[in-house]
Amino acid sequence: MSSKFCLTAVASLMAASASAAASGPTDPQIAHIAYTAGNIDIEAAKLALEKSKTKAVRDFASEMVRDHEAVNDKALALVKKLHVTPEQNTTSIELIKQAAATKAKLAKLHGQAFDRAYAVNEVAYHKTVNGALKTTLIPSASNGELKSLLETGLTLFSEHQKHAEHLSASFK
Amino acid sequence: MFLPMSAPSAAASRTYVVVIDKMKFGTVPPSLKAGDAVVWENRDMFRHTATATDGSFDVDLPAGKKGKTVLARTGTFAFSCKYHPGMRGVLRVSK
Ligand SMILES: [Cu+2]
Repeated sequence: MSSKFCLTAVASLMAASASAAASGPTDPQIAHIAYTAGNIDIEAAKLALEKSKTKAVRDFASEMVRDHEAVNDKALALVKKLHVTPEQNTTSIELIKQAAATKAKLAKLHGQAFDRAYAVNEVAYHKTVNGALKTTLIPSASNGELKSLLETGLTLFSEHQKHAEHLSASFK
Repeated sequence: MFLPMSAPSAAASRTYVVVIDKMKFGTVPPSLKAGDAVVWENRDMFRHTATATDGSFDVDLPAGKKGKTVLARTGTFAFSCKYHPGMRGVLRVSK
């Protein structure tokens, strides 16, 4: 059931980023998507820090909070400097919707079932965000500084994906 | 400014800076000698570490901070970041 849920979430996310690609998201939209994507992972990590007693899970979650908050702080400073107002769009709305569903599902789980589902979801989530960064957000970004921040974000999120894969494999 | 206390034949040790930025270790000095030091300068927005694979050094580097490793021994030292293991490099220390 948990893997079925994840696949559904991933599928609608992919559809969301594909629809953004068709019209080509603007910098204000890209900023909103990237910030939202980071925030969602911070929220998931905070839930893990509330619920999990497993050291490996807590260490991973702390790293997610620290790294994603750092990127988001940088993103906020950048949009301020560029006088860009992040603009909500179908992709970021879809992200928020899916995140709420994931959070509701994770909130009901406990112990190892939670750890497992959190790790599986982190793998799928980072994979999806990395895909969106690579195929849509980075190529569409027109401001050089925004593009550079997204590229650093992609390197970071790829590391997180690998880390999440190790974490998830450790539960098998 | 100061009188060398060590053996007169010992060459002056040098300090090199390795900059960390955008999820990468910068260029590592190519001709390191035993006794030299590396200052790790984290200009990135993320916390990183410079951690030797063999455990000989492990420097915590919060965002914007520096840390120092004195290279006491000769040898080849692979290092990476504990948090982001894709960030890696090698220090080659000769006599
Ligand atoms: Cu790192």
